[in-house]
Amino acid sequence: MDSLFQRSLDDIIKGLRHQQAGESAFVSKVLEEVRREIKSTDSHTKSTALQKLTYLHSICFVDMSWAAFHAIECISYPNFTHKKVGYLAISQSFQESTPVILLISNQLRKDLKSNVEVEVSLALECLSRIGNLDLCRDLTPEVFTLMASSRIPVRKKAIGVVLRLFGKYPDAVRVCFKRLVESLESSDSPPIVSAVIGVFCELASKDPKAYLPLAPEFYKILVDSRNNWVLIKVLKIFTKLAPLEPRLAKKIVEPICELMSKTGAKSLMFECIRTILTSLAEHESAVKLAAGRINELLIDEDPNLRYLGLHALAIVAPKHIWAVLENKEFVIKSLSDPDPNIKLESLRLVMEMVSESNVVEICRVLVNYATKSEPEFCNVILGSILSTCSNNVYEIIVDFDWYVSLLGEMSRIQHCQKGEEIENQLIDIGMRVQDVRPELVRVGRDLLMDPALLGNPFLHRILSAAAWLCGEYVEFIRNPVELMESLLQPRTSLLPPSVRAVYLESAFKALVFCLHSYLKSATSSDHSALGLSDPGVSKENHITPDSVLHLLNLIDMAVGPLSGSYDVEIQERARNILGFTELIKPVLSDSLHPQDERHKQQVEASKMVRLLHDTFSDELGPVSMSAQGRVPVPDGLVLHENLADLEAVCGSSLPASSATISFEGSHNVEGATSIFISDQKEESEPSSESTSLLAEHRKRHGLYYLPSEKNTEHHEANNDYPPANELKSELAEQSFLPKRKSKQVKARPVVVKLDEGDVLPISSKIPQAKDDSLSEAVRDVLLGNEADADTLTQKAAADSVIRKKGKEKLNAKEQEDDLDHMDSQSGTVQNPVKERSKRSSRKQNADEGDHGGDKGKQKRRHRHGKHRTREGVQNPPANVISQTPVPDLLL
Amino acid sequence: MIKAVMVMNTQGKPRLTKFYEFLVRKRQTQFSLFFFLPCLIRAENVSNFMEADSIFGPDSRLVYKHYATLYFVFVFDSSENELAMLDLIQVFVETLDKCFRNVCELDIVFNYSKLHTILDEIIFGGQVLETSSAEVMKVVEEISRQESASNSIGLVTKTVSGWRNR
Repeated sequence: MDSLFQRSLDDIIKGLRHQQAGESAFVSKVLEEVRREIKSTDSHTKSTALQKLTYLHSICFVDMSWAAFHAIECISYPNFTHKKVGYLAISQSFQESTPVILLISNQLRKDLKSNVEVEVSLALECLSRIGNLDLCRDLTPEVFTLMASSRIPVRKKAIGVVLRLFGKYPDAVRVCFKRLVESLESSDSPPIVSAVIGVFCELASKDPKAYLPLAPEFYKILVDSRNNWVLIKVLKIFTKLAPLEPRLAKKIVEPICELMSKTGAKSLMFECIRTILTSLAEHESAVKLAAGRINELLIDEDPNLRYLGLHALAIVAPKHIWAVLENKEFVIKSLSDPDPNIKLESLRLVMEMVSESNVVEICRVLVNYATKSEPEFCNVILGSILSTCSNNVYEIIVDFDWYVSLLGEMSRIQHCQKGEEIENQLIDIGMRVQDVRPELVRVGRDLLMDPALLGNPFLHRILSAAAWLCGEYVEFIRNPVELMESLLQPRTSLLPPSVRAVYLESAFKALVFCLHSYLKSATSSDHSALGLSDPGVSKENHITPDSVLHLLNLIDMAVGPLSGSYDVEIQERARNILGFTELIKPVLSDSLHPQDERHKQQVEASKMVRLLHDTFSDELGPVSMSAQGRVPVPDGLVLHENLADLEAVCGSSLPASSATISFEGSHNVEGATSIFISDQKEESEPSSESTSLLAEHRKRHGLYYLPSEKNTEHHEANNDYPPANELKSELAEQSFLPKRKSKQVKARPVVVKLDEGDVLPISSKIPQAKDDSLSEAVRDVLLGNEADADTLTQKAAADSVIRKKGKEKLNAKEQEDDLDHMDSQSGTVQNPVKERSKRSSRKQNADEGDHGGDKGKQKRRHRHGKHRTREGVQNPPANVISQTPVPDLLL
Repeated sequence: MIKAVMVMNTQGKPRLTKFYEFLVRKRQTQFSLFFFLPCLIRAENVSNFMEADSIFGPDSRLVYKHYATLYFVFVFDSSENELAMLDLIQVFVETLDKCFRNVCELDIVFNYSKLHTILDEIIFGGQVLETSSAEVMKVVEEISRQESASNSIGLVTKTVSGWRNR
């Protein structure tokens, strides 16, 4: 009865279309039905249920892994429709790890041998989608047979499957590779060549070296083929092969150029351009031709072609920048193209063109574009300006005043979200480039003065940098009182606590500076003979007693409430400032109201202020990233790789929080040490035994305690790297670049550079050889030491039969297999020199224009010859396999 | 290699999904894909390519084409040519057009398995095997013949639904 009222797939689709909101309810109802129906013994009911499930899986993404076994049942039905439903379900839902996957092995083999062409196609398609190691190993013989099928569609798909076989089961190469190479020459049936070339293109993209010996065959296709799809794939192969063999590049450059100028298909033309630009960039004339074709693409109406044209220019830019410069106007114009791809690509090109001489001009243009474009692209532009200009410690920047004001301008762009990057660069430049500090402070002041900027959260980081700079280099400020006012303005409450803390500290520095210069000018006016010698304090920013009073009041008003802030940083800094003002006020108040004894008071005040002023005026320099690494490890200090031991040490005393200990979070460390201390107190009192244990423990785990006095002394004694400031002065001369154009009006200021470690060293990853076994197998076969294909096929067939019989013997059998392979290899390895000479003779034939049919025959004859000679050669050179074949490319 | 083929309508409802790489078969990925793609696809008269590294892993590009209410999306890697992929979408759509005579979204909604059959003839395990729609049609017709032959064995439909559809 169930099956009588079963809904078909069409019913489900219609039902789904009529659901407006409750789609998921409908789907779960259908799933319930499917779960019931799929258990039916009737093949029609079961396959319909499976079909519905597959549909829901691919459209509504429901899980269907539970139905794996039912899918396998479906493919075993004789009815083609049911079988097809099963295969579709399998290829859509199976993974390599699906537990029942091995059960389909037999059915696949049966269908691969079927007389019905479409059934074979189904099985091949399935194998190409889900084949894992076991399936590929078991079915290699069948696929090998099908590769010689007389039915073109089947043969084509068998060739397509080979890619999966090779990928999962590299030993399949020994069986199928020869036939694959032979298929390259079946010029009578274009679909076959197309399929083979597709397979080789995929293979060569992973490990091109192994396929160099096949270059002559590929070359022939490149010259002879008229099929654009095939030609594109061949070009892809040559893109990989040409860099490996200069002679090959010379050979192919001419036909590719010809193809490029003759073809009408844009796809093929673009592929030619790309091949020339990536792999044949040394051939000037070819690149010139390609550049000409790129120009055609650039002026095309189709945005796809314009985009690809720009993309091609980006490929050529690193080697031949002239090609980009020729199209400079077009590239700049494309920045305002409505197409995002084109915009991005042209931005990339503009950045390629940037040099010392035009950076100002280009950045001006880009910033203009950034202000006009939408937020996302605006930030992309800003990001690329920032990264290009800061590249290699601001290599291309000559005029830092300009760059700093550009940074200021960029911060004011409405959509700017590059706060963090601009912050880093502002501070970095401040520390590295001494000459630019006045300008930096001016830019910073302008930013701080603008109350509107405080409302933009993206700018907070920049404001933090500006505040720090103005505080640190306050001596360049024209009007420190004004700076104080802007640092303490009420809107600063909008800032996050961390930034506000920086503001407070800067205000502190500015205050000290004001007082210092006030006191100084007061003394110097008394002793006018001394005269003003401080360069930073000009006459204009002369600080009057009134302004000092004003400042002190301002601090009382603005900082006072912060002393109760919940944020520790803010609270602490606020209290510092307040404490200082409290201290200074009484001494200062006398001096503010001139009296007779003010002199003595003033001395006292200026002593205090000078002390702080000196503290703040100590200059900071950049620190190398690797500085810590260069600190020598003191004797007797054992550094463990990680802190896992720590858990064992304090596991007993810190059951809960031991896992969270980190030396960065000061709270935790404090907590931990205080517990240690309390432990020690407890333990040390009761018995002397425990004290000795403790001493032992300390000796062993001294590392984990906060450094004692002794330790730090030791540390400093060994401190043989120069502190940042010394380093700076030392390196300053070195890094000054003497080679500057004489045209330059303004010399480039000194940029402090650390000889190493400006950036963290990037550990260069050694590319791991992928598909080792695959390329090795391919090499073996191409070098002529393949095992006899027929015997191997038989052997593989025998293997799979044995495997069918019993899995328990599998391991032993596999070992035997390996031995077998080794035997067969060593038995059939041929002298590669002989093989090479044969190849070259064949190639010579081809070169002489002998493209006739006898080439194939010749080859076959050679193969026969190989078989015969194989018995003779018993002692192969030991290192054949490990060497890469470098073929004689006498194309 | 082609990594995935998707057909969806302009509202982001999937009509056909085929993933040739296991990586992208994950359910979560697919969900986010159909959620984000329609937002990413842009106005008319712009280029049809997109970087798809974030969704499909490194070295992935995406090309789409807009026909009436449907988007055809192909995801591929660097061993395919971008313009050739655009052509391939054209081949696919042309074949559908031949198969259904003026194909529209409804045809694609209701002929789920036929769509797969056609696509399997063009793309085989991620490789392009056939680029002529005439050849594809030949095979598809052969498969339909096989299907109807196998169905005609059971002359009496067993379900009410099947009987209604006759």
